[in-house]
Amino acid sequence: MTRLAGVVAVNTFREAVRDRVLYSLLFFALLMIAAAILVGQISIGIETLVIINLGLSAISIIGLLMAVFIGVGLVYKEMDKRTLYALLSKPIRRWEFLVGKFAGLLLTLAVNTALMTVGLAAALFYVKHSFERADATILLAVYFILLKLALITALALLFSCFSTPLLSILFTAGLYVAGLFASDIRTFGHITGSRALDAIAVAFSYLIPNFNNFNVTASAAYGRTIPGKLVLDNTLYAAVYAAVVLVAAAAAFSRRNLK
Amino acid sequence: MAAIEIEELTKDYPVGFWQTKKRRALDHLTLRVETGEVLGLLGPNGAGKTTTLKLLTGLIFPTAGTARILGRPLSDVSMHRRIGYLPEQPYFYDYLTAPELLDYFARFFGMNAAERRERVDRFLKKVGLDGARKIQLRKYSKGMLQRAGLAQAILHDPEVVILDEPMSGLDPVGRREVREIILELKRAGRTILFSTHILSDAEMICDRVAVVVDGKLRGAGSPAEMVSVKAHGMEILFEPGDGKPLPEGLAGKTTQIGTRRRIEVTEAELYAALEQLKSSGASVLSVTQIKPTLEDYFLSLVGADRSASHAVEVSEK
Repeated sequence: MTRLAGVVAVNTFREAVRDRVLYSLLFFALLMIAAAILVGQISIGIETLVIINLGLSAISIIGLLMAVFIGVGLVYKEMDKRTLYALLSKPIRRWEFLVGKFAGLLLTLAVNTALMTVGLAAALFYVKHSFERADATILLAVYFILLKLALITALALLFSCFSTPLLSILFTAGLYVAGLFASDIRTFGHITGSRALDAIAVAFSYLIPNFNNFNVTASAAYGRTIPGKLVLDNTLYAAVYAAVVLVAAAAAFSRRNLK
Repeated sequence: MAAIEIEELTKDYPVGFWQTKKRRALDHLTLRVETGEVLGLLGPNGAGKTTTLKLLTGLIFPTAGTARILGRPLSDVSMHRRIGYLPEQPYFYDYLTAPELLDYFARFFGMNAAERRERVDRFLKKVGLDGARKIQLRKYSKGMLQRAGLAQAILHDPEVVILDEPMSGLDPVGRREVREIILELKRAGRTILFSTHILSDAEMICDRVAVVVDGKLRGAGSPAEMVSVKAHGMEILFEPGDGKPLPEGLAGKTTQIGTRRRIEVTEAELYAALEQLKSSGASVLSVTQIKPTLEDYFLSLVGADRSASHAVEVSEK
């Protein structure tokens, strides 16, 4: 990332903070407190399981909502409000602006996710009164959620470059849902028996982002080990996919007339 | 040497549901702005002034033609270090205060913290926003935003300053201050290209003006060159006396202005008219040449078929 993209990223983070985006933390904190108190009364023996499942799901959903709803406005809002006009007359390239917006939202999501993880750890400590080595898998699960959010942010940013926020939400959410069923789409292709349909289904399933591998909530809840290869694969997959989407966004935005 | 060279610059916008039709916003514009010159781009609303300035700053891309600023093509973003731009009706991040906004923009020019602080303070004072440092931009009036916009345009001491309607939204005091800033930039050797439809402002500060109508350049030159120096006629202002009544021909031409009267005559008729006024006992207060103004010239270019009176703001002298 260039220095100028960093300047944009910091301002994007500042905007999110001033727009009170981090208030979502309050909701998460309340959820964790309520869960920690209630869970001991209704689920004897599986408190940890419930807290981890609930905590990770909430971190994922809150992050998703933020990535989609803020992401689709990243570029569109700047064009619509014309704040881009003065900015692009400065010596910053358009792709640097996009990278800065992406990094700024990612930073916001990372801070938000980190604080929610602290909340989850606190709730866990409240019900277990101690930590075990296996609880470290929760951190890996959170890392995977962040990777997933990076992909969603890149997609939302891409749509934000040429579409309205409403359509961008539909496109991003649509791709997210399709991405959850990427392997099912492949299976569907196989069972049709048609070579052409099979090929199309396989191509489509590889084209859309595959979010299945990022969900390790169950492993984290049961304290199962997450293989190092999966960590590496997921990291590489998210990095390459997000980079390709950002390049596409830069290509779409680089010749766009700002009317 | 020309600071800005525009050659045959053309911009078409697609229109219609299928975007298949085209509307020409700028039509083969060729124009040069010399180094150290103040050039005013005049024209009615929708003439192509903003399109020209947006093309120069890389916000939109030309359909045809080329332009260079300080010898560099428009695609060269590093050239932006040497230009400053005030967009039309500027709007900025409304969650920031003016010092934060200026500090943010200053970072794009690699200034260190001390330099940024010094510049932000200096330029906030220059544009008269020093007293509004703690107010978020969302609470700024249009005029205050315009001032903040001007500050960000000149913050990095650019060689070429491009201003889109810099006087828009300002009260008479604000307009005078902006005029002063533009003249100060000119004294410092900067090149200034600005668009306006307030002709009095252009007349006061421009070395040259260029008139654009319907995307085409209709004329360019110094304000004095653009209007004929020959007088249209003479205006006599007088207070009527109690002597002989004015002859019928002269009396018919007078207009009452409060207790005074005004009369317009040709240069040939002047001395005879003064004699008649003298014999009527009137006191002559002033005799002034009537010359065509830039406004007259402008309106003649815009043409009678366009409702130019709506587009041209001339009454704020």
